[in-house]
Amino acid sequence: MKMTSSTETISGTRTKSAEIKEQYKKFIGRKILFILFSLILIFIIAGIAATLGSYPITVTEVYSIIWQGLFQNPETTKEIVVWNLRLPRIIMGILAGIGLAIAGTMMQGILRNPLASPFTLGIASGAGFGAALAILLGAGIIAGETGKYLIIVNAFAFSLIPTFVIIGLTRYKRATPETMILAGIAMLYIFSAATTLLMYFAESEAVKAAYFWMVGSLGKASWDAILPVSIMLAGCVPLLLWKSWDVNVMGAGDETAKSLGVNVERSRILILVIASLMSAGIVCFTGTIGFIGLVAPHMCRMVIGGDNRFLIPASGFFGAALLLGADTLARTIIAPVILPVGVLTSFMGGPLFLYLIMRKRREFW
Amino acid sequence: MKLKVKEVEFSYASVPILKDICIELAASEMLGVVGPNGAGKSTLIRCIDRILKPQRGIILLDERDIKDMRLMELAKKIGYIPQSTSQIFPATVFDTVLMGRRPHIGWRSSEKDTEMVLEMLQMLNIEEFAMRDINELSGGQQQKVFIARALTQEPDVLLLDEPTSNLDIKHQLEVMDIIKNIVIEKQISAIMAIHDLNLASRYADRILMMNSGKIFAAGNPVSVLTPANIKWVYGVEAEVNNNNGRPYIVPIRPVRKMEVEMGCEV
Repeated sequence: MKMTSSTETISGTRTKSAEIKEQYKKFIGRKILFILFSLILIFIIAGIAATLGSYPITVTEVYSIIWQGLFQNPETTKEIVVWNLRLPRIIMGILAGIGLAIAGTMMQGILRNPLASPFTLGIASGAGFGAALAILLGAGIIAGETGKYLIIVNAFAFSLIPTFVIIGLTRYKRATPETMILAGIAMLYIFSAATTLLMYFAESEAVKAAYFWMVGSLGKASWDAILPVSIMLAGCVPLLLWKSWDVNVMGAGDETAKSLGVNVERSRILILVIASLMSAGIVCFTGTIGFIGLVAPHMCRMVIGGDNRFLIPASGFFGAALLLGADTLARTIIAPVILPVGVLTSFMGGPLFLYLIMRKRREFW
Repeated sequence: MKLKVKEVEFSYASVPILKDICIELAASEMLGVVGPNGAGKSTLIRCIDRILKPQRGIILLDERDIKDMRLMELAKKIGYIPQSTSQIFPATVFDTVLMGRRPHIGWRSSEKDTEMVLEMLQMLNIEEFAMRDINELSGGQQQKVFIARALTQEPDVLLLDEPTSNLDIKHQLEVMDIIKNIVIEKQISAIMAIHDLNLASRYADRILMMNSGKIFAAGNPVSVLTPANIKWVYGVEAEVNNNNGRPYIVPIRPVRKMEVEMGCEV
């Protein structure tokens, strides 16, 4: 009697372990499925986006034009429309979506704060100030390429200032998530005020140009811009993926992370620098596109949980689909007027975010 | 000796917290650190895990100075369960326990890591929560998950900061029994800071009583947990009864500082 009962318990625990293993495998399968789903979503939206516009082109035509264009230069009007106008915009949308969403994911992870994003850490307002400064001091007037580059370079340089200030502060005060995020918000206000001041004293034409720059849009996308952005992403994303375990562990708190062998302060600064570089590299070409970096990570966490090894690719792809979808909508909603996508992401993102917050019973998710 | 702490001193912005701390810990020994709030218990534990760096003194683990060890290396030898942790973003119990493998693995976790997590979940009897979110569990269940995480590190020394605070009495006993069993079965040494003198008396092999950053008394529970020591360190008049060879403390009333000092002079 005794024998049978003990064997029963052993087999009982075995099946229990096997059951958990099975559940865990399914859980991982679900994460991979979601990543694939987001990837497919990008292709579908990209296909739709390429057909939309004042010049009618069908989906099949678009794909054959893209395919042919890989081997020869575009010649016909249709080819030029697809290759030089629509495709850069679509690719830029995908890249910007990936970059901003991943940067947001990492910033939220290392700062253990659901409100962290490239916007709340002052990166976008730094870029806005840099661009406004360049435009108002005359770079906008300089005809052609030089002026354009000056704006981009200035926006990039200034967008990195908040991050360096945050890191500088941590040398005097411990690099806790709270001090870092508050410093970011302080920088956001300082740069916004400085931009307002600049605009107040500037000519109305220049103010208009600066303002248009700051409202994020993909209208400025060109092949020239895609190259540096894709290089930036190719450099930064693998580094962040490599650090994903550390970010997972840091999610359990600084002390726990340290006891698990993670150099918390150093990792936090390294990841912040990489994520900031990435967002700066995007924002200096597109202007402020809000909410993607904030919302995409949260939406993905709700579906696949918080493991950053899967969350980074998932929110990257999902963010890309989200941004591309928003831009497609922005182009068609009151066509022929093309709205800047930054307005639409905020308009869509705000209510969507409120809905998500209301729906969840827990404090965060 | 498993762990040696020699003449360790630590101060926060020139306010001394630890003064001349010396401890020796044998393998498979459970040391209870007691003392009033602010005595330096948590600071001591953090210094041993190098979360804080002492200004003076050395800490030797298996005759090696922990200052010379890499963080990952130290994480394979010392497990730490902090007093309070909060998980802001979602994490399943399984993934939380898997984090304990971080010092041992690269990017991917292997079948062996999975097996180990399953073993720990089973050992702590928290299998049924495996796929639940850590934030959905009660305090007692969470504490078990954190112990499981520390154990998957395969440490030689386990550090616990108030492992029973915020737990109901059943969970207090369960958690302490688990720790005691691990110490015996896995030959792990443990240092735990603990407020409950009776739990310390019942479970610790040796007790270290701290007061204002210094070791006030050290030894077996009977020799340390005396009415005189408790009165001096805590300022509490207490009755100490014998409970199966372990002292059982019944606090009676707080005494004013004046009375404590006078009582000592007499």
